Amino acid sequence: MKMLINVAETVVADALRGMAAAHPELTVDVERRVIVRRGAPYEGKVGLVSGGGSGHEPLHGGFVGRGMLDAACPGEVFTSPVPDQMVRAAAAVDSGAGVLFVVKNYTGDVLNFDMAAELAEDEGVQVAKVLVNDDVAVVDSLYTAGRRGTGATLFVEKLAGAAADAGAPLDRVAAVARRVNESSRSFGVALSAVTTPAKGTPTFDLPAGELELGIGIHGEPGRERRAMMTSGEIADVVVDAVVEDLRPDGPVIVLVNGMGATPLLELYGFNAEVHRALTERKVPVARTLVGNYVTSLDMAGCSVTICQVDEELLGLWDAPVSTPALRWGC
Amino acid sequence: MNDTPAPGSGIDATFVRRWLDLATTALDREADRLTELDSPIGDADHGSNMRRGFIAARTAVEQEPPETPGGVLVLVGRTLISTVGGASGPLYGTLLRKAGKELGEAETVGADRLRDALRAGVGGVAQLGGAAAGDKTMLDALLPALDALTGALDAGGSAAEVLASAASAAEEGAEATTPLRARKGRASYLGERSIGHQDPGATSAALLIGALAEAAGATGGGAA
Repeated sequence: MKMLINVAETVVADALRGMAAAHPELTVDVERRVIVRRGAPYEGKVGLVSGGGSGHEPLHGGFVGRGMLDAACPGEVFTSPVPDQMVRAAAAVDSGAGVLFVVKNYTGDVLNFDMAAELAEDEGVQVAKVLVNDDVAVVDSLYTAGRRGTGATLFVEKLAGAAADAGAPLDRVAAVARRVNESSRSFGVALSAVTTPAKGTPTFDLPAGELELGIGIHGEPGRERRAMMTSGEIADVVVDAVVEDLRPDGPVIVLVNGMGATPLLELYGFNAEVHRALTERKVPVARTLVGNYVTSLDMAGCSVTICQVDEELLGLWDAPVSTPALRWGC
Repeated sequence: MNDTPAPGSGIDATFVRRWLDLATTALDREADRLTELDSPIGDADHGSNMRRGFIAARTAVEQEPPETPGGVLVLVGRTLISTVGGASGPLYGTLLRKAGKELGEAETVGADRLRDALRAGVGGVAQLGGAAAGDKTMLDALLPALDALTGALDAGGSAAEVLASAASAAEEGAEATTPLRARKGRASYLGERSIGHQDPGATSAALLIGALAEAAGATGGGAA
């Protein structure tokens, strides 16, 4: 597999150097792997810190900026970051109002953020944590590590970030984050497997005429394999999965997310089918976001996340945001 | 000036450093295999992550060598937590940090204290990860190793014998994960489809216990 890299060992550091060059509004510590919003900490504002394995760009570093994250901690490819990074990030963004850790529900992320929260609290930083676990493809969540955190991470970071930007205290920001997670569901589909730089070959074998339903974002295979379907058929399966689990009784925000290697042309066509499928199921759509936001390296495919919103959450969604990957109202 | 202990007489900082060298070599040698095992049921990075962590740990120990076996283990554990990431970093870090703490300040310990240390470390892993025997995790190598070590010790075996039996139990335990269905970690998302694959975490745990036996086997050689 050809890749636009120097060597596999330096892909994360190289990307961070590139982010630093592109975004002077961010402070990028390439050595220690922390991306901080320039000017942080902001007086009286709750700090938002997230992080996770690399390979999901623009998540999380691309969401650092006004109205979203104050800092992000990128790990190795598909590997959670280490506690030292999160402790450093927390110290860099804490104004005294406390810090919220946004943690995707994977064993590694949970363990490392738990350790970091303890260490940061030892240093006098007040820390709250919210766990994102929106992936309905994980069925036996009692007998597994639980539902994974995927597309809803964007909603949690955006809406909690807007609440923090508006001056809400830590408990309020954390409550918004939890409510967003509880109101969100995701389901993903892969058309191709993913190739990590370290391995250089696809992590699983997906024949040309088949697709994989219920995939995660780390190249792990999904739960079911079927013969290839049309965009409209895929939309029906995906929308059924999220709507039947959430059972929304009000408007939703929809994220039609590309996994990294699916062109926007296809994603917009798919979005038309998602809207059609939601309308048929009488789910009103308040806002839509289409693009590659929570990706899985070079995987082809998509995921759909819906988040039921009320006036408050919709207001937080519309609030100004200025980050490398998400920008409006500023 | 040859203060290398005879087999069975004691486990000191030199012994633990020899173990660290052998474990790092084994992880380096088996990194591709571990990553291969991690591909169908994980995310294809276990080998490279473990190799990276142990190389960092060996460097840390070389830079400021602790004088006690417990001190070496604690430093290795801390370094793994700070460098590996994923679930492996905190879990292996906790295993070694807790084991090291259990040994306290002692400069030389016997195999019985090593058993206590392993027990403390394995307990820490179980508590942190919330897994139990049969969940298809590193515990499926570590728990049989601890049992075998305890049994061999009760039967009056030498340090080398005791650790050799722990190593084969860990190896068998790792192989026995193949038919299991994963209930913890990333492989658990696959449900039934996790069956038929050997667990990479149990495999790396068996490599670490194997290196312990190897270190004990070389103890009498004075080749440290």
